[in-house]
Amino acid sequence: MKLTVNGSDHDVSVEPDMPLLWVLRDELGLTGPKYGCGLGICGACTVHIGGAAMRSCQIPASAVWGAVVTIETETPDPVMASLQQAWIELQVAQCGYCQSGQIMQAADLLNRNPVPSEAEVDASLNGNLCRCGTYPRIREAVQLAATRLRDAS
Amino acid sequence: MSDRRTLTRRAFLIGSAAVAGGVAFGAFFVAGRGRNPLLDGLSPGEAAITPFVKITPGDITLIVPRADVGQGIMSTQAHLIAEELDVDPHAVKLDPGQPHPTYVNAKIAANSLPFHPLDNGLVPRTLRELMVSVARLSGAQFTGGSSSVSDLHERLRYAGAVARETLKMAAAYRFGVDTDRLRTEDGTVVLPGGERVPYTALAGDAAAIDPVEAVALRPPARWRRLGKPFQRTDIVPKSTGRQGYGIDLRLPGMLHATVRSNPGRGGGVARFDDKAALAMPGVRAVVSVEDGLAVVADNTWRAFKAADTLEVDWHPPDYPASSDAMWAALEAAHTEDHRDSRLRDDGDVEAVLAQADIVEAEFRAPHLAHAALEPLNATVLVETDVVTVWTSTQIPDFVRDTAAELTGVDRVIVNVVPGGGSFGRRLDRDYVVQAIQIAMTVPGTPVKTTWQREADMSQDYPRPMHLARARGAVANGRVVACDLDAISASLADDWFGRVFVVPPGPDTLIVWGAYDQPYEIPNYRVTGYRAPPMVPIGSWRSPGACANSFFHEGFLAELIHAAGADPLEERLRLIKDPVSRGVLEAVGEMAGWDGPDIGPRRGRGIAFAHSHHVPVAEVLDVTLTDRGIRIDEVWIAGDCGTVFDPVNAEAQLTGAAIWGLGHAMNCELTYADHTPQQRNFHQFEGMRLAQTPRFHTRLLQRAPEVAGLGEPATSPAAPALADAIFAATGQRLREMPFHHQVDFA
Repeated sequence: MKLTVNGSDHDVSVEPDMPLLWVLRDELGLTGPKYGCGLGICGACTVHIGGAAMRSCQIPASAVWGAVVTIETETPDPVMASLQQAWIELQVAQCGYCQSGQIMQAADLLNRNPVPSEAEVDASLNGNLCRCGTYPRIREAVQLAATRLRDAS
Repeated sequence: MSDRRTLTRRAFLIGSAAVAGGVAFGAFFVAGRGRNPLLDGLSPGEAAITPFVKITPGDITLIVPRADVGQGIMSTQAHLIAEELDVDPHAVKLDPGQPHPTYVNAKIAANSLPFHPLDNGLVPRTLRELMVSVARLSGAQFTGGSSSVSDLHERLRYAGAVARETLKMAAAYRFGVDTDRLRTEDGTVVLPGGERVPYTALAGDAAAIDPVEAVALRPPARWRRLGKPFQRTDIVPKSTGRQGYGIDLRLPGMLHATVRSNPGRGGGVARFDDKAALAMPGVRAVVSVEDGLAVVADNTWRAFKAADTLEVDWHPPDYPASSDAMWAALEAAHTEDHRDSRLRDDGDVEAVLAQADIVEAEFRAPHLAHAALEPLNATVLVETDVVTVWTSTQIPDFVRDTAAELTGVDRVIVNVVPGGGSFGRRLDRDYVVQAIQIAMTVPGTPVKTTWQREADMSQDYPRPMHLARARGAVANGRVVACDLDAISASLADDWFGRVFVVPPGPDTLIVWGAYDQPYEIPNYRVTGYRAPPMVPIGSWRSPGACANSFFHEGFLAELIHAAGADPLEERLRLIKDPVSRGVLEAVGEMAGWDGPDIGPRRGRGIAFAHSHHVPVAEVLDVTLTDRGIRIDEVWIAGDCGTVFDPVNAEAQLTGAAIWGLGHAMNCELTYADHTPQQRNFHQFEGMRLAQTPRFHTRLLQRAPEVAGLGEPATSPAAPALADAIFAATGQRLREMPFHHQVDFA
């Protein structure tokens, strides 16, 4: 089956029910999306498909309907780049394992809603579990990135 | 200072050993524990200046031997060395090194002794020093107990200073200049004319001279990095998806495996059928491992899918099968026969309680999983003459010894990789044992074994369930008596027994967080009861204290309420230790403390805990909303002495408090048929973003000794929340998790 990931086309021959997460990780070597729960409830595997945040552990590879973008993309869009910069400046990560998913989910939010309220940030990212408890800085970083993107536009 | 100089000098006198291909300096500050382990890997022209600094013509490597599982210790270690060495920690290589007695953690053992942490009398002091010596002899290289910074900060700074002065000496010889006319900056020695000579260009010269023995540490006023906000060395890769964890490792020809183990730990396999699994795509083999089976495949998901089809009958283990039965076993252990310790016995509790109206309460804390977000994994390559392990572990020397025992191969390389969380789980090695056993079936081929989330949660060594019964009395508006009995299975029996040896004497962990608090209640007794082993338990962020602080502070809150006293004022009346008083006064000032009543449908709570040598006080506000209780704000004041890494210190305070709150609110492991009933995060939520309050933190830096912050803010969180809920609702919460009794927004 054919997949477009981070702008590159791939032809992978795997079972149709293999989740996208494991095609990315074990077949294509893209390990930014993480395995955390396998049920779509921790958000560590979040990638963009056709521009929207999706749990790659829940999407069979054969059902992928659009271009896939992962945290590793060499050409992050301005929203993702701004989020990563904010994540670095505010030193959000502790163990860091959930942060790829947090950033991909936050990028989806800011793409749809450039001026999110605190409650909208909470609702959007509530499905992304962080066991280290980096949430206060996640909130700050999303708002910092949003502010900068508004100032730049 | 004079003691330190003497010790440093003595340490250096055993240093300086000529070896083939170079010279390495300084067994350095290891008090006789063998030679510098970096010597063995040197090539001509390379220098291992102390066991923590290696310089080659190509690059500079700092050895950072404490494992980073998210707490940021890799970066802190690098900055401690770099402060004296004058290098940019982001521009050098960081390597955990190979396990070696040189990197012993001497502090952690001393901290488990049955003495009050503030008791510096002759006997406690002598025994602590003895334990440090014993730990040095054992050479155990633990990361844990919030001990890394207190154990290493001087050693690492000396390591940097010695390397710096030795490099200056090398430059002095080469350029014919006195060392006092040289300075160092950003990885270079600066000559009097301003010319910069990179350290790497001096490696060969440094390797050929004797080390500089006498060095003095820079005073804090001269620090350029420490104590100021600096960037974590791993923050860029962790913000861009580039950080490699053990689970991300890829090696040529690697196979992938997963395990199905007995949920009743230690019971073993009675019978199994692997026909369906073996017929599945990509499956190479089903093999036996400790306490279960493993599927080896060519892809992780194929191994997972096949493992789910294994039909296995398990032998039941020999401990109680259900949580109800385990609670009954704890209750049955509340007898004189099981009495394990009475490390606090002030005044005459019995006499006072015989004559007073008694306040009584029972408290419970459930089993809890560690559930680090990165499921446990290890990659192992077994070859004829060497075994290589890649994994995140807090006990690398035990992993090395285990690999050697299992394979019969003496040479073991342990590559400690960054961990996606741990919270104490990686102080065990069961997952590495299984990974080694799997790799032994395919010698020459690397195998990565990854646990499914359901295995990670059901095969945990959880926090023990813990029971407390307390009695107390008040008089004239004061707390006058507190008698607390804490009952649990013994971590010393279980964890120490699994990993090391069961220490003699009482298990202080049963009463950590209760017997060792700085309160001076006139009649005050804490007794520990050691229940028989049940489901095997492990060390969980702030072991002992994570439950006992909830019991102790929860009961103290009830006594203070009965006395009609103010919770903050009464604590200040009961505590004389100035450092502990400081954090209480600070948190009161930060929150504008004026009692627990902060308005209708709201409540304010307070709790204090002294754990891991750090006093922490937390004030917490809640509001009753239409959807349930919401935590609004949390104020945290702590004192760990000198703060080296302030950005990370703040993160550890808030992260630990979120850990304490989320589990107190939402989490438990319960057992039926020996099997944990919670298998994934929908049944074990912890705290999520929407429930997270706002935090305000302060570290006072008045404590005389440096201490670590990975754990101390955990313990006061649950009792502060219970106290706030009482203030808002009048309902006392004496059992975790709270969500069985109240709704949270």
